[in-house]
Amino acid sequence: MNKETRNYKILLWREPHGKVFFKGEMHGAFVTENISGISPDMSFLEMLDILNDRILSRNDHPVCFESDCREGICGACSLVINGVAHGRQTGTTTCQLHMRSFKSGSTIVVEPFRARSFPVIRDLVVDRSALDRIMQAGGYISVNVGSAPDAHSILVDKKSADQAFEAAACIGCGACVAMCKNSSAMLFVGAKISQLSKLPQGQPERYERVKRMVEQMQVEGFGGCSNTMACEAVCPKGITTKVISELNWEFLKMTLKS
Amino acid sequence: MEKIILETKVPSGPVSEKWKKYCETSKPINPANKRKYHVIVVGTGLAGASAAASLGELGYNVSSFCFQDSPRRAHSIAAQGGINAAKNYKNDGDNVWRLFCDTIKGGDFRAREANVYRLAELSVRIIDHCVAQGVPFAREYGGLLDNRSFGGSLVSRTFYARGQTGQQLLLGAYSSLNRQINKGTVKNYSRMEFQDLIVIDGVVKGVIMRDLVSGEFAVFTGDAVVLATGGYSAAFYLSTNAVGCNVSATYRAYKKGALFANPCFTQIHPTCIPQSGHHQSKLTLMSESLRNDGRVWVPKEKDMRSPNEIPETERDYYLERKYPSYGNLAPRDIASRAAKQVCDDNRGVGPGGKGVYLDFENAINRLGKDVISARYGNLFEMYEKITGENPYETPMRIYPAMHYSMGGLWVNYELMSNLPGLFVIGEANFSDHGANRLGASALMQTLADGYFILPNTISSYLNTVKPGDLQDTDSCIFPMVEEVRTPVRRLMSCRGNTSPNVLHSQLGRILWEYCGMSRNEAGLLKALTEIKQLKEDFWKLVRVPHYNNTSFNQVLEKAIRVVDFMDFSELLCLDALERKESCGGHFREEYQTEDGEAKRNDEDFCHVAAWKYNAEDKPTRIQEELVFEHVPLTTRSYK
Repeated sequence: MNKETRNYKILLWREPHGKVFFKGEMHGAFVTENISGISPDMSFLEMLDILNDRILSRNDHPVCFESDCREGICGACSLVINGVAHGRQTGTTTCQLHMRSFKSGSTIVVEPFRARSFPVIRDLVVDRSALDRIMQAGGYISVNVGSAPDAHSILVDKKSADQAFEAAACIGCGACVAMCKNSSAMLFVGAKISQLSKLPQGQPERYERVKRMVEQMQVEGFGGCSNTMACEAVCPKGITTKVISELNWEFLKMTLKS
Repeated sequence: MEKIILETKVPSGPVSEKWKKYCETSKPINPANKRKYHVIVVGTGLAGASAAASLGELGYNVSSFCFQDSPRRAHSIAAQGGINAAKNYKNDGDNVWRLFCDTIKGGDFRAREANVYRLAELSVRIIDHCVAQGVPFAREYGGLLDNRSFGGSLVSRTFYARGQTGQQLLLGAYSSLNRQINKGTVKNYSRMEFQDLIVIDGVVKGVIMRDLVSGEFAVFTGDAVVLATGGYSAAFYLSTNAVGCNVSATYRAYKKGALFANPCFTQIHPTCIPQSGHHQSKLTLMSESLRNDGRVWVPKEKDMRSPNEIPETERDYYLERKYPSYGNLAPRDIASRAAKQVCDDNRGVGPGGKGVYLDFENAINRLGKDVISARYGNLFEMYEKITGENPYETPMRIYPAMHYSMGGLWVNYELMSNLPGLFVIGEANFSDHGANRLGASALMQTLADGYFILPNTISSYLNTVKPGDLQDTDSCIFPMVEEVRTPVRRLMSCRGNTSPNVLHSQLGRILWEYCGMSRNEAGLLKALTEIKQLKEDFWKLVRVPHYNNTSFNQVLEKAIRVVDFMDFSELLCLDALERKESCGGHFREEYQTEDGEAKRNDEDFCHVAAWKYNAEDKPTRIQEELVFEHVPLTTRSYK
């Protein structure tokens, strides 16, 4: 066990409490919290837990933030830390960040994922249901239970299976949207399009799918690709902008076909 | 007192014909009438999402609920290793019968034979369906599906998608759910947490939910309610569960009359990352599949050298030594206890001596780093992120942690509880894993329940009810809503200065100490006293912030859950106290063989213990006798 403890100054984005709360309204500000006695083995969210316990015991309002699995797979945790979605460590969700990567005495700035399509609920919690609605528009293969043939009747070459898997690793956290200056969701949409278009099962609905998902993406107010590749840089699952090229290519083919 | 007779509704006939017979004789509902039936599904994990999607496909009017911000975040997503299916694609002699026997034996003969056989039988169709949905399972170069081995089995029947099988299966179920939402057959409500069942004249007719954003209570009436709300391992505070996992739904259903079966059957997973300090909010699992290639060892005697400096002759590969035929693939309960024993012997490694090594050196030398990286790359990375150590170079340190709950609400063969209209599926029910679950069986059970069993059995019940005979606005519901509002008001009025999280961790410490890997009478009695004390202190110490109204309040959410965890923990300890035998995950120190193995008592305890809530009085213990016609009751041996 590491005996060393660290201190930090934390600039937290707070939506003012005590007001009647309206979903999506942004009238927050940064609040400074000093925290001491932090073990380098703590995760970033455990540090926030401790901060919250201290805020609560001084009879104040703990900061709201989201997390669930705390092992980097559910995609619930968000947070922009020191200006970067999920913090500066690459390929890592906020819940897998550990305090050993933050120097003692440093200032840490914590903000919510900001995007027009992600209205703030309170403090650092935002509403990402727009991503669900894109998936509902077409991010699936239409198959009813009971009608599937034997699993081995569908052969998938290893390369396509591996590529489909890599795209399917998306956890739907929305970091790509938060970092894009256009708040584009194209990495998120591209990942699903890439996965399903690589598999034989996904072929029949291939073009209908891209059409419906892109339409919904626009309805939700996500912007177009900014070409900055910020999404790729912050994706905790290492999904690359190759899926955006594939999305564009699939969309083009759909347009030509219709 | 009324006498409850548990009617299991298991069809007669040979075990291999029962499900077929059930399906042949069940009465379907006219397709035109199906949409008149409103079915409520609580939880959107593998069981809930697959059930809601399948019921939607059939044409029922479905509402699904999750407390997370999206159905895709349910904790099934974190399952790593794989899903079993008796496909025999490896030609290694696997078949439905063998999977059935392995599961019964793995569960230490405390599961219902008919249910387990059905599970094994349906396992093959799950894989077919998931592949058709586009789940990217691991494949071989020829394009066929790959398999690997898992604990408690001598054949290779586990299908996997790297270390993210749960994620890929859940995203498959979520995509089917999305398709039904798009079609309008399912309406999904996120950020809604279950508060209570609406029970009218003993029949379940709906649910009361709490909208976590507005804080308001909402009433949803329906013709059947399906609870797919997962397990209760998070009662232990430190577990592999997500921080949001809770027992509230099943515990409150229990308070409304549903029977809670075998709560003491909890599973401690042998391969988790050891705890690093008191600040820790959860423990992280390292998939059991790692035991395929990793070898578990500790030094023969207490040794402070770094692992790479300890010569081969001074290492004790204790699983291989004690269980030569299964070796590192011994079932979870056995591997966990063995780890505890060596640490109790003061041979544990790492901080506090609470850890054992899981070493890949041999496998890396034999297969090469690339092969190991392809198999477990993401797990190795995760380990390195959490501990700051590189497992390619030094052995992993692992220690058992609370993981899964085999117990749950009692259900019959149709997956309906003793309350008509209440169905319970997935980890939330008790039915298929007995006293110990084998690896890669949870995903199989949740999907069998959701895709194949419930959609078939629910019609038998719905055929007996008139659709829509209770309205959301019915006046008889108002007092029920008041009833759930009262404890929330009480929480808001508490004036302590402690967060519910801290009190939860105190509860967890009591449970882990006295009702964890091994239990004894004195300890359990002590736990019951301490929990009672904690319950009293809770209301004096807890603090919930106010936001002028009850809107979005994460501390309040947590406080509501902790209240249920505390009440439930008493039931958990009581069940552990009354089950005077050792079996599977339930190890009572008083009942062990000379060499320290679990000693079952089939004469007195070959039954399911289902508990009935009695307000202030002690709950009643009702027994469902278990009969083993096909797999003879034997002492488990993995030696």
